[in-house]
Amino acid sequence: MTALTQSRPVSIRPALRHDLTRTSGVGLGITMLWFSLLVLIPLAAVVVTATAGGWAEFWRTITNDQTASAIRLTVTAAAAVTAVNVVMGTTIAWVLVRDRFVGKQLLELVIDIPFALPTIVAGLVLLSLYGADSPLGLHLANTSWSVYLAFLFVTLPFVVRMVQPVLEELDADVEEAAASLGASRAVIFRRIVLPSLAPAIAAGAALSFARAVGEYGSLVLLSGNLPFESEVTSVRILGAIENDNRGGAAAIATLLLVISLLVIVVLDVLQRRVARRG
Amino acid sequence: MAETRRRPAGPLAYTLRILVTAYLLLLVAWPVALVVTHTFDNGLEALRAVFGDPDLVLALRLSAYAAVVATALNTVFGVAVSLLLVRNEFPGKRVLSALLDLPLSVSPIVVGLALMLVYGGRNGWFGPTLEGWGFRVIFSTPGIVMATAFVSLPLVIREVVPVLKEIGTDQEQAARSLGASGWQTFWRITLPSIKWAVVYGVVLTLARSLGEFGAVKVVSGNVLGETRTATLAVEEKYLNFDQQGAYAIAFLLASVSVLSILIVFVLRARSGRHHREVS
Repeated sequence: MTALTQSRPVSIRPALRHDLTRTSGVGLGITMLWFSLLVLIPLAAVVVTATAGGWAEFWRTITNDQTASAIRLTVTAAAAVTAVNVVMGTTIAWVLVRDRFVGKQLLELVIDIPFALPTIVAGLVLLSLYGADSPLGLHLANTSWSVYLAFLFVTLPFVVRMVQPVLEELDADVEEAAASLGASRAVIFRRIVLPSLAPAIAAGAALSFARAVGEYGSLVLLSGNLPFESEVTSVRILGAIENDNRGGAAAIATLLLVISLLVIVVLDVLQRRVARRG
Repeated sequence: MAETRRRPAGPLAYTLRILVTAYLLLLVAWPVALVVTHTFDNGLEALRAVFGDPDLVLALRLSAYAAVVATALNTVFGVAVSLLLVRNEFPGKRVLSALLDLPLSVSPIVVGLALMLVYGGRNGWFGPTLEGWGFRVIFSTPGIVMATAFVSLPLVIREVVPVLKEIGTDQEQAARSLGASGWQTFWRITLPSIKWAVVYGVVLTLARSLGEFGAVKVVSGNVLGETRTATLAVEEKYLNFDQQGAYAIAFLLASVSVLSILIVFVLRARSGRHHREVS
């Protein structure tokens, strides 16, 4: 259905390069100007500033011991958290769509909290349960574990919210047919449900990885930003900015931008695949 | 819609239910609840202190101002871009559509740095020229608004585009064939049908904008009573061992964000029911 409506304009006028009226042309011009001034030119400035000192300088900056250690921690934690999200996010989406119980609506709300909560507040919130006065006796503040914890919190909604709508649309008939033919639950999940969910899970994973890699606010109060221990990449960039080392800041920022761009490309490919299936 | 099968829940279903509830309780619900109880440790004293401190009131006002302006900008931009993306064909459309998601995956610190490199008054690309005209961006309110607008840019678009695709162009074409102008068609036909999507987008944008921290920290300069926003005040209070103050401002910010997701949640549940009745 969606595939049909999407392909319609293309199939009617395949040779046309654009169909803008004068009003929509002016609209496109103004919006592109604003988008360029706000997003594209500033991001280009980061890359230009990073490469101004040449490749050797760029490489020296990002392989600096302390920076490399921060990048390693960020990428490892982001990857591990994304893996947890793939499993837990899919499970949560499954429970929310297929199970019915009292209080389910409340869980729906709880999942969106990390998205809407200011990141600095997220840090404070986690500190109250996992900080020095932890009622659980878990003292994760100022350790590298706090980075994993903060990433888990801020990336919670991504996989859930990508998988949920796909799971809702999924036809239960096929699963019931498979069950009536004697397929076990595990087989049904692996052969029928999982393949349909895979693009959505991957898209959620990509978003969650990107979000984690760039995370800053939730870590400020929680991680203590100890070099070689709990310092993440964004904190290194901020440090460079505060020391007026714009080239250095831009170099590390460019590395993060490359990751963001890769994620965008992955998302674009996946969204096209989801649309074609839908 | 998935069939609502009322099969008795097996042990697996119970295990998953408990696992998911425990995970969400430990990761989100309990910590959030603790901040609420900490805020009211001394009754309303902490909140009263916030509203009694003129600098904090200024910080809250600045946050609200930046969020409202950024949301207004993003709403106009978002609706216009969504219409262009869904209703028109033009070269570079696919690239634009992908790039619009970029602000969601860029680190807030990188956002701040990027704006500083272009609009910084001392040695930005455009900054010195703009300051020559008497227009200061970085370390001033326009910079805070831009940083806020940057991070929440795609939220309206992500809500509006799917709805625009779904409603199709039949009604618009009918209106046009009956002699309605482009503006009339937009105000009378298109806008009413995407109304709720715009509302969700606005609420989400507002919540996201109000809570921006990293990008604002880089571009604001954090001048007390001038360019210090509410989120920056939370950090400052906490680091100065005023935990009560930090909790109180955090509570105010968290209430707004929880309220916004509640609004979207209730509206969605209502329109979802409506949708089902119609179809």
